[in-house]
Amino acid sequence: MAERATSLGWQVIRGYAVLVYIFMFLPVMVVVLLSFNASQFGSFPMTGFSFRWFIELWENEAILRAFRTSVILGLLTAAISTTLGVLASLALVRYRVPGANMISTILIAPILVPEVVLAVALLLFLNFLGVNKSFTLLLFGHVIFTLPFVILVVQARLISIRRDVEEAAMSLGASPVQTFFQITLPLMLPAVLAGALFAFTISFDDITGTLFWKPGGVETVPTQIFAMLRNSISPEINALGTVMIVMTVGLPLLGAAIARQISKKSGL
Amino acid sequence: MSVEAREKRQPWILLSPALTAITLLLFIPLLFILVYSFWLRTATGADEVGFYLDNWREALTDAFYRDILLHTLKVAAITTVVCAVLGYPAAYFIARSKGNKPVLLLLLMLPFWISYIIRTMSWINILGVSGALNTFLLWVGIINEPMQMLYNEATVILGLVHFLLPFMVLNVFVSLDGIDETLEDAANSLGATRWQSFLQVTLPLSLPGLAAGGLLCFVLGAGTYITPLVLGGTSDAMFANLVFEAIITQLNWPLGSALSLMLLAVLGALVMIYNRYLGMAQLMKGLG
Repeated sequence: MAERATSLGWQVIRGYAVLVYIFMFLPVMVVVLLSFNASQFGSFPMTGFSFRWFIELWENEAILRAFRTSVILGLLTAAISTTLGVLASLALVRYRVPGANMISTILIAPILVPEVVLAVALLLFLNFLGVNKSFTLLLFGHVIFTLPFVILVVQARLISIRRDVEEAAMSLGASPVQTFFQITLPLMLPAVLAGALFAFTISFDDITGTLFWKPGGVETVPTQIFAMLRNSISPEINALGTVMIVMTVGLPLLGAAIARQISKKSGL
Repeated sequence: MSVEAREKRQPWILLSPALTAITLLLFIPLLFILVYSFWLRTATGADEVGFYLDNWREALTDAFYRDILLHTLKVAAITTVVCAVLGYPAAYFIARSKGNKPVLLLLLMLPFWISYIIRTMSWINILGVSGALNTFLLWVGIINEPMQMLYNEATVILGLVHFLLPFMVLNVFVSLDGIDETLEDAANSLGATRWQSFLQVTLPLSLPGLAAGGLLCFVLGAGTYITPLVLGGTSDAMFANLVFEAIITQLNWPLGSALSLMLLAVLGALVMIYNRYLGMAQLMKGLG
């Protein structure tokens, strides 16, 4: 193995990988860089360092409204999706269900169907039932789209919780309900939080389905950015992009850290 | 009720909310648009209930739709190949690196968390008329006038590759990481060169991951309409753009239904073939 580190082939692969990393990060870094540009155009050259676009962002009523919509939608989506997802994951991990493979495939079906098709089907069907383009439709859409991701994430983490801890609690006289709330739920908490965070992030970022479901006049952050792009790229979009990058990268990292902390404390 | 019967019922109680949601919000709506696709949009704008084949005839025989479908499949195929070429060596590097694997992987996954629309539009900052590249080339003196590099098929593919590459890397990494490294050592000690042992041992064993990543890139790439709207020109519309046009702009919902189902049939067939030969388990490994 020692020779690998110095071999020419490995050097080439490493250099190649570095280029791939640069390809992934460069455009994002340019967004962050330009958001601090003092110039009134959202482009090069940089004319100075300034926070003015973040201040303008803060004073832009349309963007703030979109932000509120996205946060509320994301929180509700995460709450519903995680509840449904955790229950389903428990069934699949904890019980021997006949046809478990088939059920798993059904549960992840919403991500096997192209999102555009899902968007059209849901819009037309609910419209037929009398649910017009509305916040409710958006919420239904986001729940169904995020559910498979929650199930995949929660299931993967539930498997690692040992069942004998619960059995020990029960043999010591705890009722099944007590056992669930005092043993199972705390142990599941990292999985639940990870699922909720995943659902929130996906909902917050979604544009493909959202453009089909949102009523006129209601914007989420991604559709607001999309609408702003129609004019030209303004420094405000770059500032908004920077805020989103900090949020979407910072939140999961924070979540992962909290989850690790919790699981460390519980000692398992 | 006996304990046994309760044991049997419990998982179904736990599963029922999720299964109900998926049935009501996915399966029935899909069946509904199948029915809807046989209705007809009349000149007055109302939909006439019935059994008309007009939408399907238009969707299946009009050369306009066929050309855009073929163009969509082409763009998705090129995107998938580029993702594989960029992603495989990067995943190999992470899987075989002696450094901190989780951190290396997390670093490449970070862009996955960054907003799709932000990542897509970020290329305007790089390739636009007053973007980074033009500014640099002008400054160096290679060009005198800024070049128009955006809004063509190549930039659509570029945007898609940037969006989908993490899916490829993750899937390939999962399968490479699961390969026993001593297998390669064994091949080497039996006289294979490193390149030979890669081609004959490691590469074949990692093909399921490559296929899973490829399927995801292809299906997600072929179903997009945002990237062509942001980074493409007027002639770079993909099939999902037609669906969006029919449903949102023209409000021709019966035709939009037929077009949606056509897209579902083509991409669904791919998923079925994949499932037939490789199974869904590999795909779930990479997603979870």
